[in-house]
Amino acid sequence: MRWLRTVFPPLLVGIVGLGLWEISVKVGRIAPFILPAPSAIGEQFWLDREVVWRAGLASGANALVGLAFGAAAAVLAALVAARVRLLAEVSVPVAALLNALPIIALAPILNNMFESTSSIPRRVVVGIVVFFPVFVNTLRGLREIQPVHRELMDSYAASGWTVARLVRLPGALPFLFTGLRQASSLAVIAAVVSEYFGGLQDGLGSRITSAAAFTAYPRAWAYVVGACLLGLLFYLVTLVAERLSMPWRSP
Amino acid sequence: MTAVSVQGVRKVFNAGRNDEVVALSDVDLTVESGQFVSLIGPSGCGKSTLLRLIADLTAPTAGSVTVAGKPARRARLDQEYGIAFQQAGLFDWRTVRRNVELPLELRKIPRQRRRERADEMLALVGLSDFAAHYPAQLSGGMQQRVAIARALAVHPKLLLMDEPFGALDEMTRERLQAELLAVCAKTETSTVFVTHSIPEAVFLSDLVVVMSARPGRITDVIPVDLGPRTEATRQSAGFFTAVTKVRKALRGTPTAVTADT
Repeated sequence: MRWLRTVFPPLLVGIVGLGLWEISVKVGRIAPFILPAPSAIGEQFWLDREVVWRAGLASGANALVGLAFGAAAAVLAALVAARVRLLAEVSVPVAALLNALPIIALAPILNNMFESTSSIPRRVVVGIVVFFPVFVNTLRGLREIQPVHRELMDSYAASGWTVARLVRLPGALPFLFTGLRQASSLAVIAAVVSEYFGGLQDGLGSRITSAAAFTAYPRAWAYVVGACLLGLLFYLVTLVAERLSMPWRSP
Repeated sequence: MTAVSVQGVRKVFNAGRNDEVVALSDVDLTVESGQFVSLIGPSGCGKSTLLRLIADLTAPTAGSVTVAGKPARRARLDQEYGIAFQQAGLFDWRTVRRNVELPLELRKIPRQRRRERADEMLALVGLSDFAAHYPAQLSGGMQQRVAIARALAVHPKLLLMDEPFGALDEMTRERLQAELLAVCAKTETSTVFVTHSIPEAVFLSDLVVVMSARPGRITDVIPVDLGPRTEATRQSAGFFTAVTKVRKALRGTPTAVTADT
């Protein structure tokens, strides 16, 4: 029953929204290059489902690999930065600078650095995009330690790394997952958008640009829906991982 | 044997700055082995600071602190004491049992013995049924009992407690006081206990150390001899006499300070 109550309202809003969209496109005679009807998009999605699936797999793999490496690097960097005070003070502005850089703009440069059949450039872009939110959040979590925990570990004569392993790291988990939740959506966006700038054309991004170039707007939108579903999947998997890795939070 | 010896200790915070505070001045204190000693006084009298000096969580500006015949630092590194604070300070991500096991884990005690010891300690504080729970699933009083079990897990000769029952309701508090005394008697632990409750200090202690603020110092040491404590002790004439004595000692000090200055 509770499940129904949490799922039903947003579902209803979604269906009503789609209905209004369909009616306003049909009644308002809106040109398909401005906004195709959802029925047309749905039809294209179904016709192209195999291609959407394959392109989704390619983009998903890029996003996943980039996310895994970017997040792992970010956690390691945060661990080191939290241990060395000077590094922590220097690293946050550097990381902020890195984040201000339009990382997607690196895509064409990275594409030229590798062969045109390589998936590495897109994965590198994803990795860089993912790094920042995970690093900043994890670092904040690692530096936040309750005074009572600090005194307790002092009374045990525990070394710095022992404290990091037993107190700081588990204490930083909620922060890490806040970063990962942001990063999981960003990873998919980066994986899709980086294809707009050349390189290997086997993902959702290239499908969207080529469909739009052929004025096949409902098809372009069908791939956008695919990208949307992929982003949603990444987000949900992160949420489930969060639940599973912190059993003490859900009694 | 002497469990704790504090001699000529002075502690100054922010020395040489405008906000310099003399937290403790000319403090001498001896805790004999097996003794239960309470530190009582108004806030700012340095009772928590004195406890932290004994625990070597902060260093004295002058004077010496000896624990179990060793300098305080050596005693901390050898983990000669167990400690509990006003906040339980449990780790959310560890089950109750694994929280109690933590100090044993850090001492590299094998898993099997760690578990036995933790279960034994949880039985002592009456929480055997909650070993697999997470701290968030426990009430404040239960969490505090887990913290005490954790402090006792290493079988320390010395137990240091900083207002461990401060945040609890009166009924839980009285029950835990009785439990603590029973545990200390069973394990022959010496205890230094910080509190600002007069009845609590009298009920628990062999010796009540009365302190005053600005600068923090010991103004009186009142021996309490009420024999083995039971619930009846709280209603006994000797108990009230001792409470009155401590209260007078606490009241007497501020006037003495004004007279001095």
